[in-house]
Order: sequence, then structure tokens, then C-alpha cells
Amino acid sequence: MAANPMHQFNVYRIGPEIKLGEIDISFTNASLFMVISSIAILVIFNLGSKKNTLIPNKIQLLAELSYSFIAKMINDTAGSKAKPYFSFIFSLFMFVLFCNMFGMIPYSFTVTSHIIVTFMLAAFIFIGVTVIGFIKHGLGYLKLFVPSGVPMVLLPLIVVIEIISYLSRPVSLSVRLFANMMAGHTMMKVFGGFVVSLGIIGGWLPLSFSVALTGLEILVAFLQAYVFAILTCIYLNDALNLHH
Amino acid sequence: MNKRIFFQSLFVIFVSNSMAQSAETGGMPQLNPEYWISQIFWLVISFGGMFVILSKIVLPKISGNLEARKSQILENIEIAEKQREESETKVREYEKIILDSKNEAKNYFNDARKKVIENINLKKESLENEINEEIKSAEKEINDLKNSSQEKIRKIAIETSSDIVKQLINVDVNSSSISAIVEDLSKKNKDKYHGI
Repeated sequence: MAANPMHQFNVYRIGPEIKLGEIDISFTNASLFMVISSIAILVIFNLGSKKNTLIPNKIQLLAELSYSFIAKMINDTAGSKAKPYFSFIFSLFMFVLFCNMFGMIPYSFTVTSHIIVTFMLAAFIFIGVTVIGFIKHGLGYLKLFVPSGVPMVLLPLIVVIEIISYLSRPVSLSVRLFANMMAGHTMMKVFGGFVVSLGIIGGWLPLSFSVALTGLEILVAFLQAYVFAILTCIYLNDALNLHH
Repeated sequence: MNKRIFFQSLFVIFVSNSMAQSAETGGMPQLNPEYWISQIFWLVISFGGMFVILSKIVLPKISGNLEARKSQILENIEIAEKQREESETKVREYEKIILDSKNEAKNYFNDARKKVIENINLKKESLENEINEEIKSAEKEINDLKNSSQEKIRKIAIETSSDIVKQLINVDVNSSSISAIVEDLSKKNKDKYHGI
């Protein structure tokens, strides 16, 4: 069973069964890692903001560097109007990053490798961005689907394409993260399985591959969190500053 | 060739393994909706809780810290700038003091030199005066001597001439007549003897 590369993605109940009416909301291993990630974020950033010394200590430096990193990212992609959404994007980036990174620990569970989790995040972002766009621009937000400088003949086609691309945003956003995490972890598991099945003679090659893949996966974990956050910023930019 | 066989065998092992086991469990667990609601619920709870605490408590503190640091650094830079200016004015003052004291020293030196020169001149003058006076008195003495010597010479001349006349012709000559003759002669020869 343990050699099955998909086995690591199994969700199972931990502790008692919790039922809300007919709906099963039991605490699972996925829930456990969500809670662990959230608590880890809170602990680290709380420690990083507790003391205010002129020369920051290591954990304070970490917190402040991530703060300014994300603030700069938001300012660069979505402009100064996106300041009120800073804490949401910060939480989003940190949540995805910590879930990805906790997933890199052997025998742990990768929350973001589940399409339902990433899709919920993406759908929330999509709905939120759409609502913000309509609040800021009213029906003028629909101009997003009509790019300027397009010949009248092509306009019906372009509008349809634009609408499809807009509607596919949550799908692409969620599938990108989910597929990256799932593929990476499956691959590592497969190579780990090769090490066992090839034994002490042939197992060195997949083992070295596995080591290299671990580095790559840590990079991917960071990169996907970054991509997730920056795409959110770009969508937010569309809603805040209507450029089309 | 060996390599190809190696990789092919790896692939066969992998496919057979995974196929056998995925047949057991039935594909991707991600698509099994059994715990979807639970995952959504716990995602909302954990992410929502984290978001609320971060945005209400932690992030304002971090941004406050950053602002405080920035302002403190600016303040420190300001203070440093002020102190630098102060030290520059102090250096300027110090240089001025040194310049002043140099000038003062020069003045003192000049004064002292002037005084010394005056002193020397004064002493020189008084010395010259003394010397002049001495010269004058000496000249006067010489003049006196000269005058008195003329008188004495006349007297001697009269006496000797009367003596000589007495000896020669044994006649007592009237001294007044002799003196008249001597006077006459001396007047005649005045230029010869005295050069006056």
C-alpha cells in the first residue's frame, strides 16, 4: 500500500466523526495540516512582531522581509489602490507557502495538492475580484471584455474569448497549484519506490534523483505560492484599474 | 543499450506497481468527494482565523515596527547631521582661536622688538650725548690751555727778552716797551706760530 504514489493524498478521519446535520465535517489529516500551517504562520509572525528593536533579530527580520516583499509585489502589480487587500494577499501567500512547505516533510500531508482546497481559494478570489470590480466601476466593469482598438468585425469573437478566459481564471489558478503539487509529490514518491524496488545495487540513481527532486520541489513550493499570490494581484489590478 | 534496458525495466516496474495499486484504491483520492465538505469547512476555519488574526493584530504591528524603525533611523540621521554641523562650527571656532592666538603672539613679538629697539636707541643717544659732552669739555680745556699758554708765552717772551737785553747791553729796559715790541712781533708772526 505504501508504495502506491497516490496513497499519500488519501484523506482520512482523525478523531471522532463530527456531523453537521447530514454533512460530515470530521477533522481529517488535511484539516490537521491546514491548522498546523495556520498556527505556524501565526506563531512565526507573532514572534516576529513582538519586540521592536532597532536592529531586528532573525525572526523579526524574517517577518519584516516577508512583509516588505509582499507589499512590494502588490505595489508593483496592482498599484497603490490595492493596499486595503494587502493582509488578504499576505495571508493567502503565507498559507499556500506554508501548506506547500509542510507538504515537503516526509509522511506529512500536502493540503494544496487537493483540487477542492485550491479551487475554493481560487473561487473565493474570483468572486471577490468580480465583486470588487463591479463595486468600483459598476457596469463599466464589463468593458474588461471589450478590448480597445479591436475592429468591429472581430468584436463578437473577441468578447466571447475574453469572457471564456475570464471565467477560466479560477480553474487555471486552482489547477496550476494543485497539479504542480500533486505531480511533484507523486514523482518523488515514484522515485522513492524505485529506490526500494531496485535495492542497494541499482537504487542509487533514483535516490540521487529523489534528492535533486526534493530541492526542485522546495523551489516549486515557493514558486507556486508566489505565482498564486501574484496572479491574485493581477486579477485585482484588473478590477481596480480598468485598463482595457 | 544497457541503459535503455535499465530505464525500460524501471518504467515497467513503475507502471505495474502503480496500476496494481491504483486499481486497489481507485485512482486519485483528490476526486473522491467524501471529505470535500470537511476540507472546505476546515479551510474556511483555519484560513479565516489566520487571516483575521494576521490582519487585525499581527500585520499592523509589523507595519508599525517598520514605520517606527524608519522614523527612528531618520531621526538618528537628523541628529547625526546636526552633530556634524556642530562639530564643524567647533572646528571653525578652534581654527579661529588658533589664528587669533598666532596674531597675538606676533603682536607680542613685534611689541617686544619695538621696545628693545627703542631701548637700544635711547641708550645709544644718551651715550652719544655723554660722549659729546666729554668731547666738548675736552675741547674747552684744550682751548683754555691754548689761551693760557699764549699769555704765558708772551710773559716768558717779555721776561726772556728783557733778560737777554740786560745781558747783552746791560741796560734795564722798560718792561712796557718790551712788551709792546713783543706784542708787535707776535702779531706779525701770529700766522707763523699758531696757524690761527
